[in-house]
Amino acid sequence: MKKTILTTVVLIVALFNVQAQRIKGSDTMLPLSQKTAEEFMKINPSSTVTVTGGGSGVGIAALLEGTTELAQLSRKIKFDEKNKLKEKGKTVKEVIAAYDALAIVVHPSNKVSNLTREQLEGIFTGKIKNWKEVGGANMPIVPYSRETSSGTYEFFKESVLKKKNYMSGIMSMPATGAIIQSISQTKGAIGYVGLAYLNKDVKAIHVSYDGGKTYVEPTVANAKNESYPIVRPLYYYYDAAMEIKVKPFIDYVLSAKGQKIVSEIGFITVK
Amino acid sequence: MKKIRQIIERMVKVMLTLSGSITSLAILLIIIFLFKEGFGLFNNPSVEKGYALCINASNPVEYLSPEQIKQIFDYEITTWDEVSGNREDIIPFRFDEIFSMYPEEEFGIDYELLPEKLGEVIVQNPNIIAYIPEQYLLRENASVKTLPQENIRVDNFFGGKEWLPTATPSPQFGVLPLIMGTLWVSFFAILIALPLGMGVAIYMSELAGTRIHKLLKPAIELLAGIPSVVYGFFGLVVLVPLVQKALSLPVGETAFAGSLILAIMALPTIITIAEDAMRGTPRAMREASLALGATRWQTIYKVIVPYASSGITAAVVLGIGRAIGETMAVLMVTGNAAVMPNSLFQSVRTIPATIAAELGEAPAGGAHYQSLFLLGCILFAITMLISVSAEFISKRQHNKGI
Repeated sequence: MKKTILTTVVLIVALFNVQAQRIKGSDTMLPLSQKTAEEFMKINPSSTVTVTGGGSGVGIAALLEGTTELAQLSRKIKFDEKNKLKEKGKTVKEVIAAYDALAIVVHPSNKVSNLTREQLEGIFTGKIKNWKEVGGANMPIVPYSRETSSGTYEFFKESVLKKKNYMSGIMSMPATGAIIQSISQTKGAIGYVGLAYLNKDVKAIHVSYDGGKTYVEPTVANAKNESYPIVRPLYYYYDAAMEIKVKPFIDYVLSAKGQKIVSEIGFITVK
Repeated sequence: MKKIRQIIERMVKVMLTLSGSITSLAILLIIIFLFKEGFGLFNNPSVEKGYALCINASNPVEYLSPEQIKQIFDYEITTWDEVSGNREDIIPFRFDEIFSMYPEEEFGIDYELLPEKLGEVIVQNPNIIAYIPEQYLLRENASVKTLPQENIRVDNFFGGKEWLPTATPSPQFGVLPLIMGTLWVSFFAILIALPLGMGVAIYMSELAGTRIHKLLKPAIELLAGIPSVVYGFFGLVVLVPLVQKALSLPVGETAFAGSLILAIMALPTIITIAEDAMRGTPRAMREASLALGATRWQTIYKVIVPYASSGITAAVVLGIGRAIGETMAVLMVTGNAAVMPNSLFQSVRTIPATIAAELGEAPAGGAHYQSLFLLGCILFAITMLISVSAEFISKRQHNKGI
């Protein structure tokens, strides 16, 4: 009797394990994974997908310890992380699920609407302190940043500041919503948010990465045709040995239906 | 029968002793854990663990301070002669850049050729400073010099004025702005809350009628029950724009907004405890004072307030404790800029807000993680100091009164 119970339990657990998959990592990708997982489970009622956030670094750590099948990252895997995974005998595979564009935003009353990357670097590293230095009114610039734990913070630092440090004593807000709120209240403010968060309380800046020759507006269309420069890919990483298990979900995300969800959420589709 | 009762009594006694000692032990263990994790920070190298800084052997520079390293990689120091070297421009080089210089195949399958390539880059550029993982260091290459590593220094931690814990290659752990920010915000919060709280407490214990008292008391207790994140949200959406407009400041997220929110949050604690202490004044003392011809006001400030002074001190201390340890509300309204505060109308960053905002992504066991624990230790030391001094004050006052 005992034996039968034990075997059934083991069987159930095994069955459950085959069907269940866990996704962990970046908070930026959370809405995307959650929504696609929901739709995916509707089509495949036998499978369960659980999605948790915590940050890109957390996702990789979980993949390393085997507590997740898929890691979602809003940045590319770091060389060290790849090495650590290799030491554990895991070769990671990478899938780009969507793209996300970062928009630079200011208060709606601000006259400035074009900025070059160099000017942005000056503003966020503290070298440019007044709006009149970049063709605006005589008013101090108040740059807002995200907290250091955010993948967006790292990406902005890499892409716009060319890995230089933010000025010490920059205002840092715990969430994107708080940045929008603060910028809509502060006349001299400037900050960065995901394209999906743009609304009429803030004004998006046209950015130039070629020294001021062309300024591009942050829109989905411009991000898609690659004329808008501050775009980052959003990745899924998984262990190659687990491929059979995660493939159906990945295929679903990359399918026409999955990509429709991508654009509904405000990200840019892969194709 | 008697025996059974005796046994039960003994068992209860043992259980009470046990629960008491378990609690004290738990507290002790938490403190030990906190300090052990925190002080591990000073065993970490000032350059990220597992990485090294390399320069060309022809370069005369022998030592760079963490601050200099940070400035070099931020292009603030651009020539070697600023750090006692040659008159040449510095070329900062980060490890990732190697992958854009050579195609991936040239590194071999397991990156076994990577050290050679890195060595090549350093040899070719005499003015380079390269930030690379130690495992890819070519040990026997005579034309590459590795800069000596030193551990994070205590004076840099407590005296540093820059908090950039995720800066690479050399993170800056200067906690002075954080400590000052915490004390600054709490101090002004108490300055606002104390007179207000005392006023309400005196009114409620001495002047208010029973009906008003019955109405006010639950209302104030309700104020204590509102979650701090709701206070923070209220602060961000209502108080911050209000402060900014009323004082026409460039930014609304200031220490002042934080102090206001904290004052509101500390009020219920101060009012309840101070009121209880004043109510505890014996009836005989009040009546004696009135019988001697003192007016109601004279009774309040000559008899009741001095009598209740130890309770009032306790109220202030608990209020300060609430203000110093408060996290969420402050995180949302002070702007979290890690600068030395020199005005009330400027953004500050507090210790609890820093821990809450950064612990989530700090890799466990790393320098950043340990520095956050050390911040916890500092917070613990501050609250300890306050409660000890409060105890001392209230004891002295009591002796004087008698």
